[in-house]
Amino acid sequence: MSEIKKNTVREPLFHLAKRSSIHPAAAWGIRLAAVVIGFILCGAAAFAMIEKLQQNPGKIVDFYESFIKGINTSNKSFLENRKLWAFFKETAILLCISLAVTPAFKMRFWNTGAEGQTLMGVLGAIGVAFYLKDSVPGWALLLLMLVGALVCGAVWAVIPALFKAKWNTNETLFTLMMNYVATFLVSYFLVIWVPSGSSSLGKLDIQKLPVIPVSKTSSINDSFLITLIVLILTGLLFVYLKYSKQGYEISVVGESVRTAQYSGINVKKVIIRTMLVSGLLCGVAGYLIGAGLDQSVTTESVGGQGFTAIMVSWLAKFNPLVMILTSALITVLGAGAEQITKTFNVRGALPDVFVGIILFCIIGSEFFINYQIIFRKKAVDGEKEAVK
Amino acid sequence: MDKKIALSMRGITKRFGKVIANHRVDLDVYEGEVLAILGENGCGKTTLMNMIAGIYFPDEGKIYKDGEEVVIRSPKDAFELKIGMIHQHFKLVDLFTAAENIVLGVEENGRYNLKDVNSRVSEIAQKYGFHIDPQKKIYDMSVSEKQTVEIIKVLYRGADILILDEPTAVLTPQEIEKLFRVLRRMREDGKSIIIITHKLHEVLSVSDRVAILRKGEHIATVNTCDATESSLTEMMVGQKVSLNIERNRPWDPVPRLEVKHINCRDAEGVQVLKDISFTVNAGEILGIAGIAGSGQKELLEAIAGLQHLTSGEIIFNNPKKDKPVTFFHKSMRRVKELAAQDAFHDQMGNPISFQGMSRGQIRRQVSEGAVLFREDEVIDLRHKTPLQIRELGVRLSFVPEDRLGMGLVGSMGITDNMMLRSYRKGHAGFVDRKKPKALAEEIIKELEVSTPGVNTPVRRLSGGNVQKVLVGREIAFAPKVFMAAYPVRGLDINSSYTIYRLLNRQKESGVAVIFVGEDLDVLLALCDRILVINSGEVTGIVDARTVTKEEVGLLMTKTNASEKEEA
Repeated sequence: MSEIKKNTVREPLFHLAKRSSIHPAAAWGIRLAAVVIGFILCGAAAFAMIEKLQQNPGKIVDFYESFIKGINTSNKSFLENRKLWAFFKETAILLCISLAVTPAFKMRFWNTGAEGQTLMGVLGAIGVAFYLKDSVPGWALLLLMLVGALVCGAVWAVIPALFKAKWNTNETLFTLMMNYVATFLVSYFLVIWVPSGSSSLGKLDIQKLPVIPVSKTSSINDSFLITLIVLILTGLLFVYLKYSKQGYEISVVGESVRTAQYSGINVKKVIIRTMLVSGLLCGVAGYLIGAGLDQSVTTESVGGQGFTAIMVSWLAKFNPLVMILTSALITVLGAGAEQITKTFNVRGALPDVFVGIILFCIIGSEFFINYQIIFRKKAVDGEKEAVK
Repeated sequence: MDKKIALSMRGITKRFGKVIANHRVDLDVYEGEVLAILGENGCGKTTLMNMIAGIYFPDEGKIYKDGEEVVIRSPKDAFELKIGMIHQHFKLVDLFTAAENIVLGVEENGRYNLKDVNSRVSEIAQKYGFHIDPQKKIYDMSVSEKQTVEIIKVLYRGADILILDEPTAVLTPQEIEKLFRVLRRMREDGKSIIIITHKLHEVLSVSDRVAILRKGEHIATVNTCDATESSLTEMMVGQKVSLNIERNRPWDPVPRLEVKHINCRDAEGVQVLKDISFTVNAGEILGIAGIAGSGQKELLEAIAGLQHLTSGEIIFNNPKKDKPVTFFHKSMRRVKELAAQDAFHDQMGNPISFQGMSRGQIRRQVSEGAVLFREDEVIDLRHKTPLQIRELGVRLSFVPEDRLGMGLVGSMGITDNMMLRSYRKGHAGFVDRKKPKALAEEIIKELEVSTPGVNTPVRRLSGGNVQKVLVGREIAFAPKVFMAAYPVRGLDINSSYTIYRLLNRQKESGVAVIFVGEDLDVLLALCDRILVINSGEVTGIVDARTVTKEEVGLLMTKTNASEKEEA
């Protein structure tokens, strides 16, 4: 062999190795570091892009403050702080949809149709209200609306599950396409329901959800109820996935269909049943939006939260309790982004860049949790020997 | 020794993360010899050879070829040094012919002339005694023919050091003999042959010297003529191991499982089981021998209810005469069904029909043990799902070939894996983890499973420990029929013998054991009878105490098809 070859670099500067295990505290440390790095990078990006900041670098404090101001502006007490409760409510809705996609994800059934399933829930609730609001009493209407929301959400989720179980169709594309069908169904009904042709249905005059009066402000009471319901659902889903027989079956099917068949699990049944759970939870989310907040439906009722929910669920590694954190984080970022547009008077798209940077860092940190970087060791010695 | 050293390694170390695959290995290979690299699974044999073949790069140490230090950074470098490796898993293009595969990647000047290649291939084949048709497509070839192509490919490139990684694993005894004859001729031609193996008798029959590796370290290199099976094992394992598998005569062998004329097609519609019939008796071990992929997997899966049969019957004889009915695996519906068929009597011999009794009353009677079977149960397992089979009270244990992909859930701990069979128990909607946890702890203790804890994902355990967990669970199920597919594949010697002992204990407690194996020596030593299967057909059922390895080998390649057509 030639001399040249002997002296060339033997090993790359660093290589990656999969970690065999990592201490949970270390993993959370890495995630926290990722958030911090994300915010620092955001600051840098903001400095590069926002003129106001370049003129007055001290404003960077305002920039970071926006993320807190986005959810909390006033010094009002906890139960009277409207903005804070609006944040809780938004988080709750997002969390509810995230809960919905989670059982399917645990089963490795990539349900990208939560948007449509939730929208169908809204449509179901409002449809019932539209046709029956004059013929049944208010409380019965609220119940019927719930039934309508649950049925519509469930049907929208079970259709792709049936196709998957029967013919092994690709669930990702199927559920994604179902979103569009749901959107157009809403458009269709709006044309029928709104004779004026404006296709925008005003708030229906129906009874609101009963409230637990914790505050003098009625909007806070609404938020309180929704937050409470979703927190209860979170606990229930956590128990369902971790301690129930059905939850165990979901984990086995998700890990290996062959193992599931071997152990006598009816895989088709589990797929359909799990998507039914998913759809019902989407129905609940739709009901909370339709009956609890909007009393109306538009094609934008869910507003993309069905897709955001996928990220919430993934970031939490499909753990419902951790999802409280991740959904809150994403809502904080969204609210902060909105606040930045106001504070710095910039276009709406720019803050989304910041949200993207932070999420990128958080998702990217998973890589460092799973892998470690090993730098070249003793390379110098090795080369010295080779030279000798 | 007057022979010339062809290749030597000095202080070779290779680490994968924290795992040290090879630690300061020194090794010499002479010209014109067969050197066996012997060691248990995972001791670093293949890693070491991969460093000569340019697949891995050593972390430390030097390699010398013909006395000159060399750096081998890629398989191409290795070829230039005339080193060629035949991997365990062949790397051939199925749609190409043998000759096309052989020239693939060879950089030669001049025009590409397939005729020329064909004649050169034939020349090499003739020289060393291969049989090969250069024009034959790979997909038409048997495993042994493919291996021949791989070897010629390496020779065609002018290699004078050949490394063969576990070349005999997939061959029949006859094919192994043929391969060894070829290797001996190559040795006479002055080539150095390195053969990686963990089979002792092969080492003794073909090699000149043996290098023994243990846990990544080079223990010793000895001349084969000075070695015995037990001395080699001792060096391999690091302690004395008794290589005897005990085998008692089955006592009271009654037919437990009768497979009658079953046929089965796979998802592509190819017939994978053809008219298979056999009986397994209680208290015996029935071995199943055959070339890999001859239908062993499908056969076991058919019995376990995981393959759809096109025809045939699988009869399970449940020795239940005068034994109490239990709800352990029987549903209320099934108990009622059987009562309607007048299958039960009480201790006095009077029939029980459960007429006019509520579910609670029936449940009480059964749990008191007052309901006895009148006769042995005869159950047809055909077209039953695994769950239905269990609900019928058939205690069928199955250790599948794919342990983590089918038998266990890799991401779950031992406790949760124990639940796989039993989680349905009880009426509550929630799983009970107490009993599975106790079982997990018992298995860890009894079978000496080394694991950080009951909740460590089983994927992180070593192959031997994974298998102990799986076999332990299946035995805890108190089976009447115990099926195991390649249960010792990838296991070290001590773990393997633990598994053999467990199978023997099952046999002695009256279980019908079906053991699919690949090592004929083990099959011959452990089993009572051996069923030989080839291309989905039974080619013979022989007495394991009297049959020879060669006879089994012949049956493994025998085809019934031609005879049948004539008949």
